[in-house]
Amino acid sequence: MKLRRTLKDPHHEAVVFRRRALVGFVLIVLALGGLVARYVVLQVARYDEFAARSQSNRIKPIAIPPARGLIFDRNGVLLANNVPAFRLEVVPEQVRDMDAMLARLGRVIPLSRDDLDSFHKQLKQSRRFESVPLRMRLTEDEIDRFAVNRWRFPGVDVVPYLNRRYPLGPLFAHVIGYVSRIDADDLDRLDPARYKGTTHVGRIGIERSYENVLHGTPGYQLAEVNADGRTQRVLQIHPATPGKNIYLSIDVRIQKAAEKALDGRAGAVIAIDPRNGQVLAMVSEPTYDPNLFVDGISHADYDALTHDPEKPLLNRAIRGVYPPGSTVKPFIGLGGLELGLRKPTDSVLSTGTFYIPGQSRGYRDDVRGGVGVVNLMQAIQMSVNTYFYKLALDMGIDRFSAWMGKFGFGRPTGIDLDGEASGVLPSRAWKTRRFKQPWYPGETVIAGIGQGYWAVTPLQLAHALATLAGHGIPHAPRLVMATQAGVEAPKVPLPNPPSGPSLVTNPASWQAVDQGMQLVVNAPRGTAYGLGKGFPYTVAGKSGTAERYSRRSDAYDTNKNLAYLASRHRAWFELFAPAEDPRIAVVVLLEKGAWGASSAGPIARKVLDAWLATQPNPPPNTPLPEAGSAAPAMPVAAPTPPSPAVGAAQPAGASSTSAATDGVDEEMQP
Amino acid sequence: MNAMLAMRLRRLRRNLLVRPRIDLPLMAGLLLLAVVGLATLFSAADGTYPLVLGQAARFALGFLLLLLVSRVPPAVWRNWTPWLYAGSTALLVVVAILGEGRGADRWLDLGVLRFQPSELAKLTMPMMVAWYLHPRQLPPSWKDMAVVGVLIAVPAYLIGKQPDLGTALLVAAAGAFALFLSGVAWWRIGLLLVGAAGMAPIAWHFMHDYQRGRILTMLNPESDPLGNGWHIIQSQIAVGSGGVFGRGWMHSSQSRLDFLPEHTTDFIFAVFSEEFGLVGVCLMLALYAFIIGRCLWIAMEARDTYSRLLAGAIGMSLFVYVFVNGGMVAGMLPVVGVPMPLMSYGGTSAVTLLVGFGMLMSIHVNRKTHY
Repeated sequence: MKLRRTLKDPHHEAVVFRRRALVGFVLIVLALGGLVARYVVLQVARYDEFAARSQSNRIKPIAIPPARGLIFDRNGVLLANNVPAFRLEVVPEQVRDMDAMLARLGRVIPLSRDDLDSFHKQLKQSRRFESVPLRMRLTEDEIDRFAVNRWRFPGVDVVPYLNRRYPLGPLFAHVIGYVSRIDADDLDRLDPARYKGTTHVGRIGIERSYENVLHGTPGYQLAEVNADGRTQRVLQIHPATPGKNIYLSIDVRIQKAAEKALDGRAGAVIAIDPRNGQVLAMVSEPTYDPNLFVDGISHADYDALTHDPEKPLLNRAIRGVYPPGSTVKPFIGLGGLELGLRKPTDSVLSTGTFYIPGQSRGYRDDVRGGVGVVNLMQAIQMSVNTYFYKLALDMGIDRFSAWMGKFGFGRPTGIDLDGEASGVLPSRAWKTRRFKQPWYPGETVIAGIGQGYWAVTPLQLAHALATLAGHGIPHAPRLVMATQAGVEAPKVPLPNPPSGPSLVTNPASWQAVDQGMQLVVNAPRGTAYGLGKGFPYTVAGKSGTAERYSRRSDAYDTNKNLAYLASRHRAWFELFAPAEDPRIAVVVLLEKGAWGASSAGPIARKVLDAWLATQPNPPPNTPLPEAGSAAPAMPVAAPTPPSPAVGAAQPAGASSTSAATDGVDEEMQP
Repeated sequence: MNAMLAMRLRRLRRNLLVRPRIDLPLMAGLLLLAVVGLATLFSAADGTYPLVLGQAARFALGFLLLLLVSRVPPAVWRNWTPWLYAGSTALLVVVAILGEGRGADRWLDLGVLRFQPSELAKLTMPMMVAWYLHPRQLPPSWKDMAVVGVLIAVPAYLIGKQPDLGTALLVAAAGAFALFLSGVAWWRIGLLLVGAAGMAPIAWHFMHDYQRGRILTMLNPESDPLGNGWHIIQSQIAVGSGGVFGRGWMHSSQSRLDFLPEHTTDFIFAVFSEEFGLVGVCLMLALYAFIIGRCLWIAMEARDTYSRLLAGAIGMSLFVYVFVNGGMVAGMLPVVGVPMPLMSYGGTSAVTLLVGFGMLMSIHVNRKTHY
């Protein structure tokens, strides 16, 4: 360094610099000369051309926004529609005094606070020569009144557009979601070229997750405009490509039945076809009217929704997390068999209280004094805690969480909606991360009955149940079944291949769990005995009653008041049918339910009845559903040959059902 | 004490206003430019005052800062340089992490003041390169060139990532000019240019879609009639219809009828070209060339390496503004956000430019004494 310093020659440097500066300046002048040459080309050589174009420059391209794709249910019932409407738009650059203009305009067409607020917000975000919507959905009367006064308002115009409508409103709010006006954050996110002229964007639900499919590509027209920028004549049209239509796998009839069965109680119902993961119904109650959001919800409406203690904006199906309670027992039972820890016939003595060897804290059964000796099937049938306490302990937390993780607990299911909650799958790693504490065996015990750290969304449970019902083959839940480029075009199905190999290696394990779940519904001591009565297929199910609070004393709670219990319990019911070859899996959650079987069970049954009514070929030789259920009367013998889709499954399902049920019943006799 | 302070303040004020220590030709050029800029802006804004008054206020602030900065000797700037450079680079990192802005994340919100650290980098970059080369033997060795390369690349990358290709280009150019002026051998420059040409396909690969789109649009404006293609076509019509003598002040039909978007900011030179024609363009470019030449003259007379390199780099980077903006308006270069100096509406770049010229004034005042 020092050496270099001594070598530094300031005089020489100055000379070098002087040379460089001169060369640099010469280069700069040359480059500016090149620039001048370009201007000579434009202003001298091509002057005539550009002067002429400037003279005739009255032609502006105007974007044509694409029509948004429609949304249908699986049978073509329209769920989201585009309705022609008119709105008022303002080009800021052409308005001299905005406040005065708005005051004058307000006397011609009523403008609400909300209109003005959102207009001012958008005004700040848009460029001065781009028009800003001021009032949506003008009435005929208002259009006429404005037409008469139009000359007084340069820069203001009535513009036709397509307004999104949700004909079934609240019924699909949590599935389809809604579109709403594009705001500043969206402008950052969206491709400006694709959204030129578009005012609305999918905000939540299917409208958001399939935004790219639904939106389409804008076109443009070349229009002759006058000095005020008003269109005089359209010269050329390059039409827009509309967005694709979407077919949901949901059946409106099942969806309606599920909503009706919930009857306004806070909770969720999900039905999935286990053979392909298609969602047949997804309801979260309470709900809201998505139409309110399309043109900007008023403050009053929005406050009412956000301050409602029942939280209607919360999509309980995918974002509500609850302890699963006994609904996880079939999965754990299957794990015991698959991991080789149990044989189906291995039995356990239930005395009413279970102790970890060497510890004094007792873990209770539901029935005081216990139910005696039970095997796996009976343990599921009567929801015997002791069996699963012991099994969970034998499994150990690591194998336990690895096995249950295969069913998708503790992570989003991958349904085609945004914002799914992950829930909690109890595990050593999770507890270290969350609490920085080691795992205790007692926590494994209560995890075995779906209590403790457990938290699942109704969708996670439905996904797990569908995986179980589908003989262990997992499919990510899917709401969208097919897309369609225009109503005339053929539907293009969206394939949903299994997301992994089957979780069941030994069919006998599956049979045992399936049998236990059939007993729940069909055998006298089953927790939901009678729920499958009158249904043509055998139903397999499991109830769950999860406690919201931990036990604080050893005393038994003897309060049997249903309202009291409902305030302390989450009621679950899960079922699938036909038991041998399931085609539908249903999960019901009631945020406030006294008992899983008696509160949530009947809801699940109503969903099943609604599903049966939608099936083209009801099974032969089955009793009619009971009066009052949603299923219509069926012919005793099916007159038409069964369709190929269901025909293969049916005879086998119907015949083996009765055999299996009978056999189990005999075995169950004391 | 108080009296002393008051006296000093008085003296400072007198010195600033009555005996400013500045280079008069450069100052005259800048003032002329500012006046032409305001007049064009008045026309581009349809003869309304709000934009013009706002811009005039910024110019006032800019010239005041210019006078203040010119009082600080270059040696002081040199001592502060590493800290200023580190500070501005750190701010760029902060912006990269939590910046907010419309479309591009380049603003830092300080509550009262919204502020663009990339503007700061336009000054700290040539300062840093000059500071680094100042004590070293020149022309620089490969090693020194590599260090300077890193000094340039880090802020330029952070700015380009925002994404603000135009400012990244200006910042990198300012650093590169300092290196060029330090006397890097021509064969080395040639080698670097060949290398850069080789890198172009790789740069293309890393560009944003919209940046690629702009380049493609420049090659074929008709392919994007709704977006930048429209800008380019309309801008060329405006320029071309100006002819040799122009339509006259306040008679730009393209911007008046609203066919020319962004006609107060990036495309204001199109308005100027339409109104004043080829003659106006040539005079304007001559004025810019004069300012650049005067900057280089000041640089040649500077006392030490640091002052020399800094003054030269600031002067030459003015050329990049003019060339890129002028080329863009004439449909010769892609649409990037580079303003026409002291003409385009929009504050921060005008203030930054004037602060830079303040440093030049200071270098001029502290020049070599002739015997």
